[in-house]
Amino acid sequence: MSLDTVLTPPSPNLPAPDRSVLFRRLVFAAIGLAIVVPVVLLMRWDWLPDYLELFAQGIWTSIWLTLVSAGVGLMLAIPIGLVQVTGPAPLALVAKGFCTVIRGTPLLLQMWLLYYGLGSLFPEIPWIRESFAWEILRQAWPYALLSLTLSYAGYEGEVMRGAFASVPRGELEAGRAFGMSPFTLLRRIWLPRALFQALPTLAGETVLQLKSTPLVATITVIDVYAVASRIRQDTYVVYEPLLLIAVLYMIMTLILVRAFAWLEARVPVKRG
Amino acid sequence: MDEILALLALEPPGWGGNLLRGLVSSLEIAFGAYFLGLVIGIGGACGKLWGGETTKAVLDLYTTIVRAVPELVLILILYFAGTDLINLILDYFGREPIDISGLVAGIAVLGVVQGAYSTEVVRGAIQTIPAGQIEAARAYGMSPWLRLRRIILPAMLPFAIPGLGNLWLNATKDTAILAVVGFAELTLETRQAAGSTKRYFLFYIAAGLLYLMVTLVSTYVIGRIEARVRRGLPRHG
Repeated sequence: MSLDTVLTPPSPNLPAPDRSVLFRRLVFAAIGLAIVVPVVLLMRWDWLPDYLELFAQGIWTSIWLTLVSAGVGLMLAIPIGLVQVTGPAPLALVAKGFCTVIRGTPLLLQMWLLYYGLGSLFPEIPWIRESFAWEILRQAWPYALLSLTLSYAGYEGEVMRGAFASVPRGELEAGRAFGMSPFTLLRRIWLPRALFQALPTLAGETVLQLKSTPLVATITVIDVYAVASRIRQDTYVVYEPLLLIAVLYMIMTLILVRAFAWLEARVPVKRG
Repeated sequence: MDEILALLALEPPGWGGNLLRGLVSSLEIAFGAYFLGLVIGIGGACGKLWGGETTKAVLDLYTTIVRAVPELVLILILYFAGTDLINLILDYFGREPIDISGLVAGIAVLGVVQGAYSTEVVRGAIQTIPAGQIEAARAYGMSPWLRLRRIILPAMLPFAIPGLGNLWLNATKDTAILAVVGFAELTLETRQAAGSTKRYFLFYIAAGLLYLMVTLVSTYVIGRIEARVRRGLPRHG
């Protein structure tokens, strides 16, 4: 080997990696098609038209359960996080206890406790049975929504505690120096800064929340997962509905991630 | 009060024994799945960091799918597909089909799920190791395996413990999902006890306390481990 070949960098070959990457992508795409096409052609999809409407309802249920529980859960998480940073000691203790219990026990157990526990308690109380709320309370979804909301509040309470604590003290002092009342300070400075900071974590947690929603099928709420189980029971087709909902969940996850990325891009950042 | 104690008694008219057996099953699955996940995670992280394009693409697909699809759906797919596949192979060799035990299936399925999350935790931790340390190991002529064992794994541990600790807590709680596919772990035992006695609050709260105990003990142990692996590192804050 001559010295020349050792010293010459492989610069003339630089475009080569690009071409090989393209080639590899094509190979991957071909392998992907080789998996997807037989799946679509060979598997049984004849049940699909009969269940389209049910699927649409199921998707809607999964989506609104995720969004409403995350929305209300965040509303609860903000005070839960705040009192742990600044609140009176007894309240901080209660908030910490709530977070520990929610984060220390499985969501499925919490859901069954509320559904079977409260669900068996309420019918024995006459004034609840006679009240207008009974029509709602005898259904399953309030318990599903309640347990999902409390779970989100518990996990995000912890996230918000960290976020509130990480806002630089100087910014809060500056707000106070401007004569802001504690509430204005919270509304204008502390909360927005904490939320911006927590946003990436909240994105991940909201995806986890979406992934928790199939548990509601165990207490008879009809979400996407419940639709797939029902198809399995009706038609004995096992894989196809499961694969379909796996893809549906991936699409929903993708949309959620994109939505959060859009939100994060709108956070004002001072650069340089 | 006496009635509650009688219901929670360990001997058969009471249900305490069933709950504890359920707890033991839950912990067995959690342990098995966690360590299977850890092995997958270390392998997966190395593959993602130093593997070829194909390895990287396959691992990306694996972690993306597992982290985007609900555990419950994955468990059903892997459970059905796994048993079918094994019986297909057995059938090919002319053997009788077998029933996969719930314990093995649970560990395998949850392990695959845990593996995806461990991969990301371990990969992130390895990336925080100063590159010079790994280069120094290479300069000493260490083989890749020795480098992993002597330098990379010990050096990444302080950065990985918080994430791995969370994964352990998730593993203990994820076992509850196996109740849906009929595996007799703590949550399903609780449901049976509560269903037959109609004392829903009592049994669900009892099971909740057991789970909480596991979490609190784990948190304490993880804290101790973290303090140990962080010894010698500069304290921040």
